[in-house]
Amino acid sequence: MTTWTMSGALNRALHDSMGEDGRVLVLGEDVGMSGGVFRVTDGLRAAFGERRVFDTPISEAAIVGAAVGLCFGGWRPVVELQFDAFSYPAFEQIVDHVAKMRMRTRGRVDIPITIRIPAFGGIKGKEHHGESPETYFAHTAGLKVVVPSGALDAYTLLRLAIADPDPVVVLEPKARYWSKQDGELATEGPAIGEGRVLTKGSDVTLVAYGAMVQRAKDAASELAHQGIGAQVVDLRSLSPLDDQLLQRCAEETGRIVVVHEAPRHVGFGAEVAARVMELAFDSLAAPIARVTGWDTPYPPASLEDHYLPSVDRIVAAAKETVGY
Amino acid sequence: VADPQDQPPALWVGTEPWRVIAPDGTAVGDTVVGLEPSELRELLRWMVVARRLDRECIALQRQGELTVYPGFEGQEAAQIGSATALDAADMVWPTFRELAVALVRGVDPVQYLQYHRGTWHGGPYDPRATRFGPICIPIATQIAHAAGSALGQQLDRTDEVSIAYFGDGATSEGDFHEAANLAGVWHLPLVLFCQNNGWAISLPTAEQTAGEIWRRAEGYGFPGVRVDGNDVLAVYAATLAALDRARRGDGPTLIEAMTYRIGAHSTADDARRYRADPEVEAARAFDPIARFRTWLVGAGHADEAFVADCEQEAERFAFGVRAGVIQTPAPPAEWQFDWVYADPPATFQQMRDEALR
Repeated sequence: MTTWTMSGALNRALHDSMGEDGRVLVLGEDVGMSGGVFRVTDGLRAAFGERRVFDTPISEAAIVGAAVGLCFGGWRPVVELQFDAFSYPAFEQIVDHVAKMRMRTRGRVDIPITIRIPAFGGIKGKEHHGESPETYFAHTAGLKVVVPSGALDAYTLLRLAIADPDPVVVLEPKARYWSKQDGELATEGPAIGEGRVLTKGSDVTLVAYGAMVQRAKDAASELAHQGIGAQVVDLRSLSPLDDQLLQRCAEETGRIVVVHEAPRHVGFGAEVAARVMELAFDSLAAPIARVTGWDTPYPPASLEDHYLPSVDRIVAAAKETVGY
Repeated sequence: VADPQDQPPALWVGTEPWRVIAPDGTAVGDTVVGLEPSELRELLRWMVVARRLDRECIALQRQGELTVYPGFEGQEAAQIGSATALDAADMVWPTFRELAVALVRGVDPVQYLQYHRGTWHGGPYDPRATRFGPICIPIATQIAHAAGSALGQQLDRTDEVSIAYFGDGATSEGDFHEAANLAGVWHLPLVLFCQNNGWAISLPTAEQTAGEIWRRAEGYGFPGVRVDGNDVLAVYAATLAALDRARRGDGPTLIEAMTYRIGAHSTADDARRYRADPEVEAARAFDPIARFRTWLVGAGHADEAFVADCEQEAERFAFGVRAGVIQTPAPPAEWQFDWVYADPPATFQQMRDEALR
């Protein structure tokens, strides 16, 4: 049994993918000599050399654009965009080209790019370092979007993302980089597009992803003390979305609470609610609740705890749903 | 160097572009650029064919057979000269206005024009086999693709080069700067080929940028050259030199080819709203085809019979493309689903079934 941090597990995934496939390249700001601001690319330069691990200029659009061009030569680029809000300069390249290029070439050119983005809040970061950009990407046809919640699954998801023939955006929750998990890393695991039930319960389902999964688990423990059985679903993959699992959970518990850091308005919870309604309306015993960040810009560090869904807010929403 | 009086006013200001044939067809520099007479004649043939096809495309648009079409009349020398200098394995990253480059690369024009017929995005030709990338409308984004393509060529230790085509307007975009900077830092085998055609839809170059585009190369640490984009031999020679430099491993070159967009930005806009007719008429005096024809015939490399043959071939070619274009059907509805993912999700397949029910 080994203890892994999420950062360490992601680092191992990059080492293993690069070791297995000589066409895998890593590009990004400070990913080489420094090993990445969250140490996820630590040691890659020493192991694979400067012709496979590229410290780039501060040029997010060119990093992603160059990755597109590399795909035409049969390369498999893994790019790191240093922080959530710093993915926005690359947005045009991601939406206009990464997502669409395979269709535009009638499938002649695959775009197996992995775009790693340290994302979400919870680390008392500066402005523009705590954003939740998932719906921008999940809304874009052609992209796959995954969000690991813990170390072991982070390894699996990143390995799957790099091996995937389609472009995958991996949103890595910064607040979970140093979280620890005991176990063995495995390439085998639920596929991209499959969610997981982490804890079973029959009264209500808490649906979360990223750092909110741990909060949902904490809320489930608290609810258990109060006699309410909550099951926690880690979505893992926002696009594609495991709507079969959502349907099953709605049928089993009749009550759904969605938790995410992003603002509520047009947040991912809206899609979850809509899909559950389409697939399992007759099973619902209560309106689907959303526990989210507020519809404001991400706040300064001192207000972060007021913004992020807390265990208390999740518990309150679950109880309201159960008592409906 | 030609008499500055010959320049169209207010467009080709600043540094005199390098040329070997003056607008009146007389040699003003070394016209020995390494091409055989038969290859020189090919340059003229391609330019005549390309212009005739461009005009046919505008007619096809007027007749409802194409959607919006962006013409390139006046830019034949810049496109044919640069494309002729490329090796077969070099990779081209075009904008939406490089039909003449596509012809030289052997791209089937009927397939190419499916883009403008509105039957496919990107381009249904094979970008790997033709070494001609998908048609690119978001301005300057293809320059970053070209940088990545050049990086791949460098990593594979090929002697292949990537070339990015773009316009004067694209140099105001961040992607131009980011890609050029990256290419400089990494000494990429890349040619940055700017067709400065004077206009970006309605904005003249003087309002697009206060400096000279070719000079920006110095800031990126590689050479820049300003060439007369209506002198096909100068364009060919400048491009070949840039390609050779890249092949040697010496890094990128920025070429600013000074040309002029005779037509509107596209069939969707009326250039008379922002541009005076006399300017266009003045620009016609610098027509790239007339210039090269005069020199070619005068130098004894071709005769008037060859010129007449070119024009007849251009007629036949345009007629053949027209026939192919108007027979191109709308694609089947399932095609909008068929290539979105290499590994399509189950939910996506369900939607496909719903859409095609």
